[in-house]
Order: sequence, then C-alpha cells, then structure tokens
Amino acid sequence: MRLRNPLAAAALAAACSLSVGACAAEDDAPTRVTINVYAAASLSEVFAALAEQYETAHPGVSIRLTFAGSSDLAAQINEGAPADIFASANEAQMGVVAEHVAGMAELFASNTLTIAVPRGNPGGVTDFASLANPGLKVVVCAPEVPCGAATALVEEKLGVILSPVSELTNVTDVLGAVSSGEADAGLVYVTDVARAKEVEGIPFAGSASVATRYPIAVLTGAHAPTAARSFVDFVLGQQGQAALLAAGFATSDGGASDVTALNGTAPDVTAPDASAVG
Amino acid sequence: MTRLPRWLLVLAVIAAAFAVLPLVGLASRANWAQLPGQLATPSARTALGLSLRTAAASTALCITLGVPLGFALAALKGVARAVLRAILLAPLVLPPVVSGLGLLYAFGRRGLLGATLDAAGIPVAFTTAAVVLAQAFVAMPFVVVSVEAALAARDGRLEAIAATLGAGRSRILRVITLPGIGVAVAMGAVLAFARSLGEFGATLTFAGSLEGVTRTAALQIYLARESDPQAAVALGLVLVALAILIVAAAARPGRRAIP
Repeated sequence: MRLRNPLAAAALAAACSLSVGACAAEDDAPTRVTINVYAAASLSEVFAALAEQYETAHPGVSIRLTFAGSSDLAAQINEGAPADIFASANEAQMGVVAEHVAGMAELFASNTLTIAVPRGNPGGVTDFASLANPGLKVVVCAPEVPCGAATALVEEKLGVILSPVSELTNVTDVLGAVSSGEADAGLVYVTDVARAKEVEGIPFAGSASVATRYPIAVLTGAHAPTAARSFVDFVLGQQGQAALLAAGFATSDGGASDVTALNGTAPDVTAPDASAVG
Repeated sequence: MTRLPRWLLVLAVIAAAFAVLPLVGLASRANWAQLPGQLATPSARTALGLSLRTAAASTALCITLGVPLGFALAALKGVARAVLRAILLAPLVLPPVVSGLGLLYAFGRRGLLGATLDAAGIPVAFTTAAVVLAQAFVAMPFVVVSVEAALAARDGRLEAIAATLGAGRSRILRVITLPGIGVAVAMGAVLAFARSLGEFGATLTFAGSLEGVTRTAALQIYLARESDPQAAVALGLVLVALAILIVAAAARPGRRAIP
C-alpha cells in the first residue's frame, strides 16, 4: 500500500508531461499549445518547413511532427497514439482511421509516380515499357502500401507487367535501392526524385493518370482542436499550397476526400483495395 | 535456498511481467480459430519455408567458418585476442541496418567485391544467397564465441598426450579436441540458427523483399501488418514458439557443459 501512492503520483506527472497541450490548457492564459501532426514520410521536408513558418506566425503554438509510412501512422492512430492531425499519402489510409476523423478529411496535395534511375542511367531506361526488359533490376513498393497500389494501377493502365527483383514496404527503401546502384530502376513519387541526390527521374507517358491524393484531417482525440484546425487551414491556404508546389507536389482543389463518405465502415475500406491490387 | 528480500521479489515480478506481457499481447490479438488458415496461405508458407531453409544454410556456413575462427582466436594471446574478439563479435550488437549497409558496400553491385562477383556471373544482391549472407554475418559470432570459450576451458593435456603418441595435428583435432567441444559447437549453432531465423534489418537492407526469393517470415510479418495485421500476428506467434523451443534446446546441453 505504501508503494501505491507515490507510484500513482509519478504516473500522473508522466501523463501530464506526455500531453503538454491538455495540462497547459487548464492553466490560465497565455496558453502554450502543442499540436501533434502525424504526416506521411513523403511530406517530411515540406511539412518541417511549413511548421516552422506557422510557429513563427503563431508564437503560442508549437508543432510536433511525426513522420512515417502512412499505414504505420494509421495503425498507431487506431492504437490510440496522441495525434491531433493526420496527413496521409493516400485516401485508403485515411479511411483506415475514419472513425477518428473530426469533421471531414480534405485533399491538400497530389503526387504522381516517376521512374528513378541511378545517376547516369546505367540500365539505359527510356520509358515505362523498357522497365520490362529482361536483365533489368527493377524495385517497386509492395502492393499493400500506397506507392505499390499506385504502381499496380499504372502497370494495369499501361498494360506493362513488371517483374521486380524486390517489393519494398515504403518508397524510401525503393529510393535507397536505386541511389545505392543495386537496382537499375525503381518506381517512386515525383517528389522523391526532387529530394534525392543520387538519382535521376525519367518521366513516362500515362503517369498523370494515376495520381495519389493526400488527405489531411483533424482527429477526434485532438487536445487543441481549434489550433489544429488552424494549422490544417494553413496547409490548405496559399502559403501551404505554394510550399507543396515548390516541393514537386501538384496542389489539389481542396475538395473533400472520398473517405469521409466511408465513415463508420472504416476497417473494411482497405481490404477490397488490397486484394484487388495484390 | 535463502529467503529473498521482498523488494527484490517485487522487482523480479515486474521484470518477468515486462518480458512476458508483449508475448501475451501478441497472443491476445490472434484470431485462434482462423490461425491455421492464416498460416496455410501461400505467402505465409512460402515465407516460413524460406526462413527455415536460409537459416539452415546460414547455420551450416556459421559452423564451417565460425569453428575454425574460434580455434584461431583461442590460439591468440593478450591484447591482440581481446581486440580481435571485440571486432569479430560486433555484429551481435550492431544495428542490423548498419550490418545491411556494410554487406551492401562489400558484396553489393558497387561494393568492394561486388564488381568482381558480378563479372564472374555471381550476382549477390536481391538473391536468396544474399539472405543467407546477411543471416550468417549477424549469427556467426555465436559460434565463434562459444568455441573460443570452450577451448579456453580446456587444459590441453589430452592433446599433449596424443602428440607424444605420434598423432598429427589434424588427427588430434578430429579425435580429441572437436568431440571435447561438441556441446559448445552445438549450442553456438542452435543460437546461430535462432538468430538467423529472426534476422530482419540486414536482410531488408541488403537482400530486399520478394516472395519466394528474399521475403523471409520476419519480412512477411513486416509487410502483412500493413494490410492484414492478424496474419502478421499468426506468423509472429510461430516465430515466438520456435524461438522458445530453440532457446530451451540450447539451455539443456548448456547445463551439462558446466559441471
């Protein structure tokens, strides 16, 4: 019994320090608010820059960014991670967390696939069809993850079936295999080529027909919903869109994401998708 | 046995709970009714089969090369031995992704030996051989350290007697020393097999991930958790069961080795 009370106090202190926003909000003004933003790995550079801009304009707010594959983030959110905002690299993963979305998810950017080759293009890749050449080592994302789902769609639309030597779990690993020269070519996002130093991008006809759309949403568990909403508006606003455009994304019309229509049936959303492309 | 202080027991219970709780967590997420079905899918069976085959090949490689290395290490003295041992055992504690990068820069296409291997028509990257290399790299220290420790515990009298009786070096090794350290070799091999079975980071970095070629059970779990977490849990439980069986097997001869 003697042990229990100090333990409880320590636990309480730990809980407070973990959710700064919640504990600070109970204090009197001026409040210091922390917004936890969970964002897809492909957004790392541009969101880091945007967060800095936002913090400069809003001195009371600090943005804490967590970057990982969208599927990882979605799983963490469903397991109760303290996220205020989720910015996903495709709509299916936003659908996975649909029951945690406050209001509607909104589209804020889109991205298309391109061919990445090691500098100098040692494999002599010219277009998408040339990726099917025997002897060429091609790496792609596995169909279970957003970039792999897009890859499978492109293959289907262009009628070119690839025989990859490796199917990786995220686009960064694909980029790594290409930039190290292990692979002759890989399918990555346009924005990945823009941020990688050792690779060249080879655009191909038909890539625009499969655009991956990025939705963003405030989550129901948000500790500071008003501040979180304000950051989402910032991303959707002129400054946010300009930064995304500069990073190689196509900006979106800001329309509502399809996934909001799927509220309630969230856990099933990806299942048919995955089996269709897998 | 003397009675332990109560506070120590409390900490021990917390420690045991800490070790067991994640396993319970895994088991709690399993769909036991569907477990056999989830393990019977072609992806799961292929991955498990590949894991067992590559781990067996890796263990064979670890014994073939690790036992001689253990002997050579035990023959050294002083600082040289300590330094060399530290370097050779480093893969045990290296972050696996670092091991993977190292392997890439050594055996990869643009690596130190890669160009030569490629020219000789033996491409390594993205092949099953790369999986075996990654596993053997991280697992061989178990065999080396096991052999070295066993040799250090021998006084060498039997070997000396055999030499006076006219036995050659190889014969002494085969007839006296090797049988004497057999248990230690077996224990090192069992641990190397277990470590090979669990290898993930170096494999992903160096060998890639393709069903039937390089996607071992650990990689299949990593992939499946994206789309089918229950299937990942099912395969994970198989690896947990294997790990416990293997460690139990390794602990038994261990008791006999220490009188």
